[in-house]
Amino acid sequence: MIKAEQKPFEEILEYLAPYGKILLSGCGACVTVCNAGGEKDGALLASALRMARRKMGKPIEILESTPARQCEPEFAQELTDTIGKVEAVLSVSCGVGVQTLARYFPATQIFPGVNTTFMGETVAHGVWEERCQACGNCILEKTAGICPIARCAKQLLNGPCGGSSKGKCEIKRETDCAWQLIYDRSKSLGQLHRLSAIIPAKQWGVESRDSGPRSIVREDLKV
Amino acid sequence: MSIFDPKIVAFCCEQSGVPAAEMAKTLKLKMPDNLELVPVPCSGRIETLYLLKALESGADGVVVFACYEENCRYLQGNIRLKGRVGYAKQIMAKIGLESERLEIFHVATNSGVKFTEILMQKVDQLRQLGPNPAK
Ligand code: SF4
Ligand code: SF4
Repeated sequence: MIKAEQKPFEEILEYLAPYGKILLSGCGACVTVCNAGGEKDGALLASALRMARRKMGKPIEILESTPARQCEPEFAQELTDTIGKVEAVLSVSCGVGVQTLARYFPATQIFPGVNTTFMGETVAHGVWEERCQACGNCILEKTAGICPIARCAKQLLNGPCGGSSKGKCEIKRETDCAWQLIYDRSKSLGQLHRLSAIIPAKQWGVESRDSGPRSIVREDLKV
Repeated sequence: MSIFDPKIVAFCCEQSGVPAAEMAKTLKLKMPDNLELVPVPCSGRIETLYLLKALESGADGVVVFACYEENCRYLQGNIRLKGRVGYAKQIMAKIGLESERLEIFHVATNSGVKFTEILMQKVDQLRQLGPNPAK
């Protein structure tokens, strides 16, 4: 799922400085799971903002709403009436949700309340790690289910590099070397022989966003 | 000039804080005038939002009376509370609120005297800090 974390409080206060009444819009999907922009996280941020603005002698009224998925037009449109009552929106969904609101509400300023950080996995309660970079042509079948694009600092397709040491990455010593993980898992699966095949260079300019923003069209689903 | 009478919201775990409050009442010990007791089944029931909402809604100070660590009936409740109070204090620091406006105290069922002593000391401390500027 998409992972995000709240923007610095000062930065949010700065965006909202000109406004006296806003909507704080959360999202009931990914950002709820990573405790950055769900209903509870939104309520906490709204409470903190109200108090900070009272303390500054410039109170702010904050309406709160959390559509099930802010990045889906039918849920985003549920906000129409509420958005009509406010001067601006602070969205604590991922950057996709912010843009959905921006598309549907062209006359309203929409500010991001979180930094959308990566696509990742919950590895322990309160700990999330990056796992996928949406490269557009998944090669996990060749790498024992461990992604070298997202998890190797150099995105090596045929690693490890010479800096792998005691299972850790030379770029970040506290991080596991992705290629050590790939080797270890291939070995335990009895599939080490697969690693002798060279993984060809990826077609970055064709598959990934190096060729601009991507889209998926399914004619059968269009209405 | 009238003396500032700080409002204290005291969350009380039903396994420790509530019986301690009842004992203080039975012993007719002095309690703060402006006190709101909020019983909770376990201090782990208290969410970070409750702590902030108490401050937002008019409290000058918030205290939590919880069981001693390793003495939680539900094993981890007071440990979870500790994490949430820590998080609430981080948010308070960003707002510019003094850390003393939120505090955990560990008590047992028979801590009636300690219960009122803590609250009366809190009243003095909050008087020195003055009213919560964010309420
Ligand atoms: S290979 Fe590409 S699609 Fe597959 S997990 Fe890695 S980044 Fe994601
Ligand atoms: S040490 Fe491992 S993870 Fe780090 S850059 Fe080299 S191959 Fe990639």
